[in-house]
Amino acid sequence: MSFSIRKQADVVVVDVEGQLIVGNRQELKQKVLDELEKGERKFLIDFSQTGYIDSSGLGVLVSLSKKIREQGGELRLANLNDDLKTLFELTKLDTLFQIADTRERALESF
Amino acid sequence: MRGEAHGGRGGAARRRDAVSSTPARVQRVEENASVPVPGEESLSVERVRLAIELDIPSDVRYIEDIVAMVTRQCAQLSYGARQLALNVPVALTEALSNAILYGNGEHPDRHVRVRAEVDRERLVVEVSDEGGGFDLEMSEIDPTSPENLLREDGRGLFLMRRLMDSVERFDDRGNVIRMTLRRS
Repeated sequence: MSFSIRKQADVVVVDVEGQLIVGNRQELKQKVLDELEKGERKFLIDFSQTGYIDSSGLGVLVSLSKKIREQGGELRLANLNDDLKTLFELTKLDTLFQIADTRERALESF
Repeated sequence: MRGEAHGGRGGAARRRDAVSSTPARVQRVEENASVPVPGEESLSVERVRLAIELDIPSDVRYIEDIVAMVTRQCAQLSYGARQLALNVPVALTEALSNAILYGNGEHPDRHVRVRAEVDRERLVVEVSDEGGGFDLEMSEIDPTSPENLLREDGRGLFLMRRLMDSVERFDDRGNVIRMTLRRS
């Protein structure tokens, strides 16, 4: 499990590879907060390579969403598979996040 | 067949390698299984029961490997794709992280025991810690209500209940959470 960060135009794109769970959620949080600290304001988290997400991972996404918004920024999620969509629907977090089917659509939505 | 790989091909060795890659040591690994071996695929798995029992230190870095072991057992008995990708891994991760973080407070001398039994009917997982336990009924908030939606915590037990057919707690042998999922 790891996270890779790249810049695409003015958007920071984070790929979550493997699981987003209690054991690695702080790593994701810190990486995004570091970029926010540097002045970045547009963030896209891509889950196309993600296995499963636990409640801690969901909690970190909520936390990042709040912190990014507080700084006047925007967060988009993309490429949730059907199982991950179900997880977001169960927790109603699909109503909290802007979720795009593809990375391209997410990038266009900023 | 204690300690042997289910279905052969070195599965047990891979599991030991995976777990030993984390810094602490697995205290005990026992596996009892009777599954068709390669070349004997005609044997029915209808009456097969796989069991795995582990005793781990209170370290969240063990969770992913344990989830992979239990999910693999379910896959061998043809559990549904969604159960393998969502229900089992998420609910078990929640139970393990609760036991490690809250039950044992990540105390290095405290251990978490996991016992999983899988057959063609159901998966039953018991996760035990050395903490004082908690009241299941009193512990659940509704994380989907508008006032809780922005909370960062409080979704663990909710997800366990939504993703498993039953979640029970016992305290006769330490603090034990038992989760049951019917195969689909």
